[in-house]
Amino acid sequence: MSLLTPSPTESREAHTHSGQTMVPDVSRGERRRSFDVGDFPPPTGREEEWRFTPLDLLGGVLSDAPTDDSRDGSAADFDVEAPDGVLRPSLRPGQAPRGTVLVPEDRAAAVASANTGEALHLAIPAEAVLTDPVRVTVTGSGRGRRSNAHYVVEAGAHSKGVVIIDHQGGCDHTGNLEVLVGDGADLTVVSLQRWDDDALHLAQHEALVGRDATYRHIAVTLGGRVVRMNSNVRYAGPGGDATLLGVYFADAGQHLEHRSFVDHEAPHCRSNVEYKGALQGDSARTVWVGDVLIRASAEGTDTYELNRNLVLTDGARADSVPNLEIETGEIAGAGHAAATGRFDDEQLFYLMARGIPESEARRLVVRGFFASIINRIGVPEVVDQLMAAIDAELEASANDRVSA
Amino acid sequence: MTDTSAHTLEIRGLHVTVETESGTTEILRGVDLTVRSGETHAIMGPNGSGKSTLAYAIAGHPKYTVTEGSILLDGEDVLEMAVDERARAGLFLAMQYPVEIAGVTVSNFLRTAKTAVDGEAPKLRTWVKEVNTAMAALRMDSAFAQRNVNEGFSGGEKKRHEILQLELLGPRIAVLDETDSGLDVDALKVVSEGVNRAKENTDLGVLLITHYTRILRYIQPDFVHVFIDGRIVEEGGPELADRLEAEGYDRYLSTVSS
Repeated sequence: MSLLTPSPTESREAHTHSGQTMVPDVSRGERRRSFDVGDFPPPTGREEEWRFTPLDLLGGVLSDAPTDDSRDGSAADFDVEAPDGVLRPSLRPGQAPRGTVLVPEDRAAAVASANTGEALHLAIPAEAVLTDPVRVTVTGSGRGRRSNAHYVVEAGAHSKGVVIIDHQGGCDHTGNLEVLVGDGADLTVVSLQRWDDDALHLAQHEALVGRDATYRHIAVTLGGRVVRMNSNVRYAGPGGDATLLGVYFADAGQHLEHRSFVDHEAPHCRSNVEYKGALQGDSARTVWVGDVLIRASAEGTDTYELNRNLVLTDGARADSVPNLEIETGEIAGAGHAAATGRFDDEQLFYLMARGIPESEARRLVVRGFFASIINRIGVPEVVDQLMAAIDAELEASANDRVSA
Repeated sequence: MTDTSAHTLEIRGLHVTVETESGTTEILRGVDLTVRSGETHAIMGPNGSGKSTLAYAIAGHPKYTVTEGSILLDGEDVLEMAVDERARAGLFLAMQYPVEIAGVTVSNFLRTAKTAVDGEAPKLRTWVKEVNTAMAALRMDSAFAQRNVNEGFSGGEKKRHEILQLELLGPRIAVLDETDSGLDVDALKVVSEGVNRAKENTDLGVLLITHYTRILRYIQPDFVHVFIDGRIVEEGGPELADRLEAEGYDRYLSTVSS
């Protein structure tokens, strides 16, 4: 018996919903992009890209407002640990390379861009191989305080490095990440959402992957009241390889939404998208929307995307929507899979019948569920933190069950 | 492992129900059975007679409700124990349909189970050797330890894996639920040898549930019980198995339906 028996109810709900509110069917590549906030009116919830998001919880985060610097410093602190020469002078709007890759695709990204006068700029020199990760720690200083951010990460040709953006504390945060992966470079970006449970975080991460370059984007979302992250990829030339991985764990009251868009225009590029999530607690909510577009020119494309959700308790809901548009038949491969399953009591019985206590059996199953992604993260400190965080989430749920 | 004291599993007047779409159905209707260390009891019966329900009820599967009767292990009330407590008390169920557990390696699973059953982690060096020896005896490749539990296992591999656990965890009383089903004769021999080793090494008491007499050529029963419609209708020695092989269950079934 498989852990993830596809749940027809879940997928039917998701698709029924889409039938009611779907805007006319246009290619994902046609979506509006602009630096002008005025081009994105406040969403009503009927828009395709906003239909899953709890707009009523977003407060003022979509308003065209500056970072709150009013009390005791800024709404968020940014701490950067990087080797000499990697941290560069900040970039103004329109100052290249800022704005060359990331053009906002929704109102949140547009307000982040418009309200960030100084973008953090990190550049790994060509052919440099970084031994330690570059770390940006974003610490929100208070619930309801507005913070806007824009980061630009450049990986020079044939360089190799890891950049970790670690979000902690709480604030109402919009954050854009603009990534240029040079030809032949190998860049891993890890975005950790370890927010307090009242934080809001809307993000657009946009990467341009150079010829024969390797890009990995890893989203790990555990905290936050509402987190909505778009992770997008385009290719600057043939031979690029992009892997988008995600792990999320939603508790009661959390809305964790991950979207990705891989735009294949250059030929002979690869993309692999794999997101896995667990949900527990009343009204725990996750959304995964994975868009892949293979344009007519993108011959030899090889793409696969997968989403799995593990529902641990009643009252949680996971939506999972893969979209694959293919405009050429000359591809190496294209596929997707999505499934949402409940925790399997037969697995629990099997493990307990071998003497393993229930709490430990649950931990084994959930850790096992995430293992296929965790084994691919390849950044030991991130893996260790993640495993500890998952154990803590399960510990909390075990306490809930005892008290229930 | 060197527990040489005798143990007794005592089942008295056991009635078990299961919830189905059409309501509550009684599957076991008064089962009496005593299994002692070193004894092998074969439970034989046609499909649907409740053999597997007996196995699950002993292990404590939540789907089955005991409405009447008792199960005691050395005088302790098994029905008061959670599933994991039963296993730690020395009961083992080799499952007919072992489930897959993605992302959990056999090696990790075995070590976790051994630690739970013994109350302490096994000593790494001796444990690895013990696992490798047991796997070799069951003709399992050592790469097997790095595969995920039951994921992509063939029918024969699943059953070997069950018996591997039996040998490594060292229970007092083991219930084998149709361990022979789906095995070719070579795999059946390998699996039976594993059970016989466990009997010899640990004086294991065995409750062997089977539809066919074939496995009884390799695992010699001391007692044979014929199971029909949720209860034992006839008991005897190994000769009863021979008779069943020759005559089948028809004789009992016509009695029931009349």
